[in-house]
Amino acid sequence: MYSEKVMDHFMNPRNMGEIENASGVGVVGNPKCGDIMKIYLDIEDGIIKDVKFKTFGCGAAVATSSMATELVKGKTIEEALKVTNKAVMEALDGLPPVKVHCSVLAEEAIHAALWDYAQKNGIEIEGLKPPVDHDDHHHDIHEDDE
Amino acid sequence: MHKIYFDHAATTSTRKEVVDIMLPYFTESFGNPSSVYEIARKNKQAVDEARQKTADLLGADFNEIYFTSGGTESDNWAIKGVAESYKSKGNHIITSAIEHHAVLHTCQYLESKGYEVTYLPVDEYGQVNPEDVRKAIKDTTILISIMYANNEIGTIQPIEEIGRIAKERGVLFHTDAVQAMGHIPIDVKKANVDLLSFSGHKFHGPKGIGALYIRKGVRIKPLLHGGAQERNRRAGTENVPGIVGLAAALELAIRDMEENNKKMLELRDYIIRGITERIEHVKLNGHPTKRLPNNINFTFDFIEGESLLLLLDSKGIYCSSGSACTSGSLDPSHVLLAIGLPHERAHGSLRITLGDENTKEEADYLLEVLPSVVQRLRDMSPLYEEFKRKNK
Repeated sequence: MYSEKVMDHFMNPRNMGEIENASGVGVVGNPKCGDIMKIYLDIEDGIIKDVKFKTFGCGAAVATSSMATELVKGKTIEEALKVTNKAVMEALDGLPPVKVHCSVLAEEAIHAALWDYAQKNGIEIEGLKPPVDHDDHHHDIHEDDE
Repeated sequence: MHKIYFDHAATTSTRKEVVDIMLPYFTESFGNPSSVYEIARKNKQAVDEARQKTADLLGADFNEIYFTSGGTESDNWAIKGVAESYKSKGNHIITSAIEHHAVLHTCQYLESKGYEVTYLPVDEYGQVNPEDVRKAIKDTTILISIMYANNEIGTIQPIEEIGRIAKERGVLFHTDAVQAMGHIPIDVKKANVDLLSFSGHKFHGPKGIGALYIRKGVRIKPLLHGGAQERNRRAGTENVPGIVGLAAALELAIRDMEENNKKMLELRDYIIRGITERIEHVKLNGHPTKRLPNNINFTFDFIEGESLLLLLDSKGIYCSSGSACTSGSLDPSHVLLAIGLPHERAHGSLRITLGDENTKEEADYLLEVLPSVVQRLRDMSPLYEEFKRKNK
């Protein structure tokens, strides 16, 4: 059901953990749906120096979190914003249709952490929207999958 | 790596003896039981013998056993067939919130056709209160369908008592005995049931074969129309190898039941104790004693079931879970929600279902591996992080 890459990122997650006094923290998802992702960013001079994640969820949720952190690490904020759920999925050699929402969550978690960073520093990041009400969003995605 | 199969409620291997009994019916004894020549007549006889054997094992009569393609067909047939036959009497069906989807989705389908369905709640252990059944019966009630034992949490229902109430009130009673058959003693007369579904592959029989017990006198419309097989009630050429295999497997399961159950009960309670002692923040789902001898179901707080299954798989242990990701839908198991677990805890369930071939060594390996696997996922979980922060 999962690609080798997904299994590799699930079994050996990259950047799992927490960052103390992180520049930005984003939490998306909810326990009701069975996945929560939390992303910690350490940003210096507009560059993501470090990134960590914690995830409650299925294999795909862990793997997409892990891959998303890999894709934004060392990048500028602008570059990180361009890491879409599609990019995460492609980097993992695809996901089963019912798991596509996990990659959406991963993208949103990064955005939520960037939003938190922007709020904390009183700056505006072009093209970054405030985190969405996740509950509704998640359900829509699921229905599309079926 | 040694593989440990702990998912016997999903399916079981077909016993070697059963396969041996079935094999000739694929090759030299291939005749259609409806034909008149010798090899066909012999197969008609083989089907009859299997029917008699199955009937005897359940305390039923020869003419009360109907072979089907499995549990799902038996459940569909029992409910739809009775609903249609008795629609002039009423349109109300009583079932429980924790039935298998083969029953629940059939009931939902009937709702879309104008039937009214009451889904009875269960208590925290997953038991239906017979008094709730009594109170739910109305003049229009035509059928009660309550499972014998639950497939996820193993809780055994008070079937005899519910059957007595149904009898008193003149309402037909169907039970889905797919998980119970071959695992606990079942006598259709003592159980006071009018219809009973079961499936071969849950007790080391073949897949694709099951049966429906239909008490003499119960009216039921066919689900499948066609030839005159199964006394005009279930069309289609008989699955002769399957039928022969089903009866043989049931006979062996019942013959060995006492011995196997003694062993499995010990192993079950050993694993339950072991998990409770070694891992914090866990809950045993289902009834502590009124449960199938092979069923173990735990919730592990702060983690999600599919991840747990994948990590156990990587250690060579095969189990199942009631998480959304394994149920193939958005919601976690309806059974775990019905016993009152909140969503996040229902997502973190693990079902271990034993078979007679499982050993204490395998249980010890599970108990050795499970704590570290659970801890690994908890270390990754933002819910656990939050819990630790709050409880510092």
